[in-house]
Amino acid sequence: MDVEDIEIELFVSAMRLRHGYDFSGYAPASLKRRVQQLVRVHGTGGIGGLIQRVLHEDGFVTAAVEGLSVPVSEMFRDPSVFRALRDKVLPVLASYPQVNIWQAGCAHGQEVYSLAILLQEEGLYERTRIYATDFNDAALAVATEGIYPARDARDWSRGYLEAGGRQSFSDYYSARYEFIRLDPGLRRNVTFFNHNLVTDKVFCEAQLILCRNVLIYFDNALQDRTLGLFRDSLVRGGFLCLGSRENIEFSAVAAEFASVDGALRIYRAGSSARPSTP
Amino acid sequence: MIRRSAIVMGCSAGGITALQRVLPGLDRRLPAPVVVCCHTGSANVSLLVELIGQVSSLPVIEARERARVEPGTVHVAPSGYHLLVEEDLHFSLSVDAKVSFARPSIDVLFETAADAWRERVVGVLMTGANGDGAHGLASIRRNGGYAVVQDPDEAEAKAMPLAGLRIAGADVCLPLDAIAITLNELCLP
Ligand SMILES: C[S@@+](CC[C@H](N)C(=O)[O-])C[C@H]1O[C@@H](n2cnc3c(N)ncnc32)[C@H](O)[C@@H]1O
Repeated sequence: MDVEDIEIELFVSAMRLRHGYDFSGYAPASLKRRVQQLVRVHGTGGIGGLIQRVLHEDGFVTAAVEGLSVPVSEMFRDPSVFRALRDKVLPVLASYPQVNIWQAGCAHGQEVYSLAILLQEEGLYERTRIYATDFNDAALAVATEGIYPARDARDWSRGYLEAGGRQSFSDYYSARYEFIRLDPGLRRNVTFFNHNLVTDKVFCEAQLILCRNVLIYFDNALQDRTLGLFRDSLVRGGFLCLGSRENIEFSAVAAEFASVDGALRIYRAGSSARPSTP
Repeated sequence: MIRRSAIVMGCSAGGITALQRVLPGLDRRLPAPVVVCCHTGSANVSLLVELIGQVSSLPVIEARERARVEPGTVHVAPSGYHLLVEEDLHFSLSVDAKVSFARPSIDVLFETAADAWRERVVGVLMTGANGDGAHGLASIRRNGGYAVVQDPDEAEAKAMPLAGLRIAGADVCLPLDAIAITLNELCLP
């Protein structure tokens, strides 16, 4: 084992033992890159210096989690997925008097707002509650604000239209200077809060769970745990939507989900899920 | 001579044509996996897989997260995701920020391949209009791996091979048509 790998293991132990953040189930190659990046950004000289700060500097853990987390997101990323949610999933959700949606790993919240727009256009928003979670507090703060760089808006507008948008994307934000501010009404029924997929439990009964581009950072065991959480949270027949390049088939719980649209990574919880209560 | 057991390739502008010239020349019995990162700019990698699959002597597939790196197979990085090789020789993906304006980034692939295969990997940097891959190629060389750079004079876009030569240097600098022959020599038993 080379010295850097040993240092990374020590760093992971320090984060876990001192702060309860457990990164031991993360895919090693990308974790390593992000640890190296933390060293550069904070100028700690090496991973040893990083460990010192994690152990001895109280406020530093927030910055460390922020650096290790990858809150990169877009509105309507993979528009065909949002189109399918609109066409195939929301009509089924419409049969429930009350809809709960869990968006896990919401990052800066772009997907939460995308979903809120879909729900509003399909007349479902009023009876929906969206639980948007992440383990990165700094990202959650950005998500709650709903303010983004204006230069992204053009791409997002295209995504919105490809996702079957019924209006103009600009109806949903106000532009000021270099920023757009999404309509605060879109988060009326959204609750943002900290939830760690490695350590925390199920907290709601959901008809739809979106967790996109989070599992790619986890190893098989942690993917299994996370998918297990989703199974336990979904009502029978509830929907799970993963990122476009994520594969459920390597997971132990794969058999408990049926594919609704394999290419778009939309699945439905099978018979062992919670009985539904429409 | 060290027998090399894996090949990673990076290219950008002009890359599809370059791959169509190199891949047919690889020996069908090649035991090494070939991992390709090509910035195509298109939203869907399946077209690239099809285009180079038609002419390649080895099977060409999209690299999938958590899948094993298969010998004698060309794996292509999906668009929109960085492709990483884990030390247990599985792939992982990430949507981390772009590196040198690119995702997938050749640097990310090459640096992780350098960690995973050390002196057993050959890095091949070909035509492209940016500097992605140069630092990755340097990591490969630092770990004892072998570096092939396409001769900039005949590259459709010279910037990438030039950056590679400047930052990493190379074990050989070759015209496209000689690359496959060299890879066969380096990797065949
Ligand atoms: C790349 S973003 C995905 C954002 C969005 N879902 C998308 O696809 O555009 C990954 C997010 O997962 C979060 N994450 C990583 N590990 C986590 C964990 N253990 N618990 C909760 N969230 C986690 C990160 O903080 C980051 O915001």
